[in-house]
Amino acid sequence: MSATTTLSRKPKGRDGGPVTYFVALLFVGVCVAPVLYIVLGGFRTNAHITTDPAALPDPWVTVNYLGVLKSSVFWGEFANSLIVALASTAGIVALGLMVSFVIARYDFRFKGAMYSLFAAGLMFPMVIAITPLYLVIKDLGLVDNLLGVIVPQIAFGLPTTVIILVPFLRAIPNEIEEAAALDGMSRLGFFFRMVVPLSLPGVVTVGILAFVGSWNNYLLPLYVLNSQANFTLPLGVQVFSSQYSTDTAKVLAFTSLAMLPALVFFSVFEKRIVGGLTGAVKG
Amino acid sequence: MSDTLAPRRAAARRRGRTRLEIAVLSAPAVLVFLAFVIFPVVLAAYYGFYRWKGYGDPTDWVGLNNYRLILTDPAFHDVLWHNGLILVLSLVLQGPLAIGLALLLNRRIRGRSAIRVLVFVPYIISEVIVGTGWSLMLQSDGAVNGLLRAIGLGSLEADWISDPDLALWTLMAVITWKYLGFAVILMLAGLQSIPDEIFEAAQIDGASYWQIQRRITLPLLGPTIRIWAFLSIIGSLQLFDLVYIIWGQYVSGTAGTSTMAIYMLAQGRNAGNYGYGSAVAVVMFVISLVVALIYQRFVLRRDLRGAVTEGTV
Repeated sequence: MSATTTLSRKPKGRDGGPVTYFVALLFVGVCVAPVLYIVLGGFRTNAHITTDPAALPDPWVTVNYLGVLKSSVFWGEFANSLIVALASTAGIVALGLMVSFVIARYDFRFKGAMYSLFAAGLMFPMVIAITPLYLVIKDLGLVDNLLGVIVPQIAFGLPTTVIILVPFLRAIPNEIEEAAALDGMSRLGFFFRMVVPLSLPGVVTVGILAFVGSWNNYLLPLYVLNSQANFTLPLGVQVFSSQYSTDTAKVLAFTSLAMLPALVFFSVFEKRIVGGLTGAVKG
Repeated sequence: MSDTLAPRRAAARRRGRTRLEIAVLSAPAVLVFLAFVIFPVVLAAYYGFYRWKGYGDPTDWVGLNNYRLILTDPAFHDVLWHNGLILVLSLVLQGPLAIGLALLLNRRIRGRSAIRVLVFVPYIISEVIVGTGWSLMLQSDGAVNGLLRAIGLGSLEADWISDPDLALWTLMAVITWKYLGFAVILMLAGLQSIPDEIFEAAQIDGASYWQIQRRITLPLLGPTIRIWAFLSIIGSLQLFDLVYIIWGQYVSGTAGTSTMAIYMLAQGRNAGNYGYGSAVAVVMFVISLVVALIYQRFVLRRDLRGAVTEGTV
């Protein structure tokens, strides 16, 4: 919440002149135009795309979008992406909140080491661990299984979560914990009845980062998932675009529908995502 | 007797209970993290010493031979050079652009919040979708060339993806498009955290707009710039998705855009050489770690106060 208020505070410096508006519009245009091209391209015919690659739809056709929306492949991959994203987010939030609570509010010998362990995890991005990680997943029999994507995603999501949540949980005043103890509440009762609700804003930020990260993840599904029935949308987009490489309009329709959920999610939680990232970097 | 023992026993019970709570609450996260993050990295170091196809236990110990092969392979020198170029160009292209745009967008203009949302869109869309969309637009008969023809710049038409003289710059353009908004948002947030009073004081002292930006804003934006640069550097060293989607593992080699991660996939898993692929992972890890530690030691020291190498608790 504080990040939001900081961001929407009265801007300082002088008023923007025409140059400011021109550059701002140009920047926005460059950022948005390719996205619009993908979305509008889905409404075009291949013949029109071939003769005039950079043009608005003429005629407008919906057959590409309807074709994708009616395909069971798209919805299967959509469901897989959703299952993986929701399960990963739930796991990251639950495990991350528990361990952050311990690091933030208990005193024990390995506390510093535990925090360093997770902080060091920021140095182990998935790309570096992927080859042996795939072998671990294979040994566990989780190849071509959504769990083989979910569990590693939880593990790799923990460092950011811990880094964001520990300061958050430490900021809960001791008086609240003491009052809870005086009222006969145990430490665990305090965790479930006070900490979880009080840390909700931080949890939401972490959850959003986890969800978008999972929705967009490509490398791990590429290694782990082999059969189309188990593909998530990023894999689906790639396979679809090579399968229908001559049907550009259909590829564009498939691509826009695949990015739509992330865009909707972003527009709903925009303030929190932007605020959360700033908080994460400043923390 | 019992008067003195009872509280002590209660205290011991409480300590035991506290230990149990610590164990129960932290064990799941620690175990999952050790098993799927730390253990694979350790395994990579072990497999890297073997010639191994990924079946059964590795038995063909080759010592440092994998590493010797990697470090003497001209193809690896190429990808290392590409990663280095991408790293430097990302900083040089995105840094000044992001700071300039953030300074501009920090002025009083209408629709600021809408602008902030729109410039963030490329960052939210997945690399796969960005790659798929751009690879269609960048085809020789694609929208980019079509647009150039339409505005009378047909002479600039080019084969953006497969021309080896252009491909790396094409990649840099796509990278800049995808990550610039993120950098701008970070810088804007950094600017917003500078207290107004400092600017007011400087204005009262008669400082000009540019003097204020140079002497006050940039130094105070320092921590944000340094963190952004760190994220950018690590991201550059691990670049995979965009290149893999637009160029693929075979074309990226000839077009001059392949990266260490592409090399790892092509020479490792896709070639069935898990020992070799693991060794490539170790090399990548060591390079990233060294770069990060150097950066942390000399640049980030003031900002992080040892978050990576030592606990801050």
